[in-house]
Amino acid sequence: MREKATYALGILGAIVMIWNLHHIFTQMAPESAQGMAGWILFIHVPADFMGDILYTVALVTSILFLVKKDFTYDSISVACIEVGTMFILVNLVTGSIWGKNQWGIWWTWDLRLTTQLMKFLLYLGYLVVRPAIAEATQRATMSAFIAIFAYADVPLVMMAIRLPNVRTQHPSPVIETGGINDVAVPFVVGIIAQLLMALALMLVRLHQENTRREIDSLRRELHAL
Amino acid sequence: MKSGLATALTIARKDLRTELRTKESINAAASFALVILVIFSFAFNLERDEFYAISGGLLWLVYSFAGALIVNRAFSRELPNDCLDVLIASPAPGWAIFLGKAVAAFLLLLLVEAISLPVFGLFYNIRWTESLGWLVLIILLATWGMTIVGSAFSAVIVNVRLRELMLPVLLYPILIPLLIAAMGGTTALFQGEPLTGENFGYIRQLIGFDAVYTALALYMIEFILVF
Repeated sequence: MREKATYALGILGAIVMIWNLHHIFTQMAPESAQGMAGWILFIHVPADFMGDILYTVALVTSILFLVKKDFTYDSISVACIEVGTMFILVNLVTGSIWGKNQWGIWWTWDLRLTTQLMKFLLYLGYLVVRPAIAEATQRATMSAFIAIFAYADVPLVMMAIRLPNVRTQHPSPVIETGGINDVAVPFVVGIIAQLLMALALMLVRLHQENTRREIDSLRRELHAL
Repeated sequence: MKSGLATALTIARKDLRTELRTKESINAAASFALVILVIFSFAFNLERDEFYAISGGLLWLVYSFAGALIVNRAFSRELPNDCLDVLIASPAPGWAIFLGKAVAAFLLLLLVEAISLPVFGLFYNIRWTESLGWLVLIILLATWGMTIVGSAFSAVIVNVRLRELMLPVLLYPILIPLLIAAMGGTTALFQGEPLTGENFGYIRQLIGFDAVYTALALYMIEFILVF
């Protein structure tokens, strides 16, 4: 039942996303300055939101794990970080494609781009080290520790790249300048679509993690016999 | 609190004594730093001005490579004969054990840096003695940040397979804000700019990094050492 609900969520997310793309390509006039390339923002920006939301959930569950020592929190943390890292990668790749189209370059050491890449690398470290720790309690504790350290680093990176001699050419968020009205519908629908997909992926990963722990405990029981 | 600090000092003294007798990591780190310095000379063929523009970056690359070697040993030194278990079982508080190890690593890394800084200046014609006070301040702040985070991760991965490989994967991304500030500040100094005004941001950033991670590491180490 739970599995079916998870898949239903994912499929619903996919349908909403396809509807959104259809709406964008058939109903919207190309944005005057950027042409159709500007539409990639309906994938690019929600992906960043999902990454940040999932990392924040992982921070909370990591702290909760250290306090309560309940492995459910550890499973949620790893599921969130793995899926969140994938969304940050989507954000980086779509941004890069947009940059090639608009700026003529795939990458620039700009303040927002740099922060995003560092965020990606920090959590990549988490995902690389985690499987190398053999003992389950230790793995969960160390992972929680790394997740908390990584989260604390993000604001510091943002401050560091504001130091002298770093510039930005990333567009300002349209939400701040009031230009959101024309694109509100596809933007909000894009967020809803990715939110559903993120939730579905997170639940699948969570299920995997729980199954793995069950297998581990069965194996230990077998060894004891 | 007071007895904890005394314990930390004892552990730092023990670590330093062990290291100065065996010279395991300090020899490795110092000679590694020298080798890297020599290799850099083949990597670039630059005019003097251009070299000044990247000098701070090079210096901190050398220091962070050497730093990873030093902090890696902070906790893995205790693995033979199960010394780590005994340390954890002892009545000493976790933060004191950790602080002692971080202080020892800090002093060892400072020693390696003190050896390689004149060599760097000599090989690459860098005038590093002008405004030495600011340079020492940057080195002290950045080295402390590097060793406190490094020792924390050294404790995290002490029981991990391939820990020598895993440490850099975790450590360098975390150190990026610190390295940006240290590299920028050192380059500014080597180019003869003062660290006042806008450039003081580098020092502020280093102090902020140190404060955040010293507090976080000292608080969280209890969870790591006692599981």
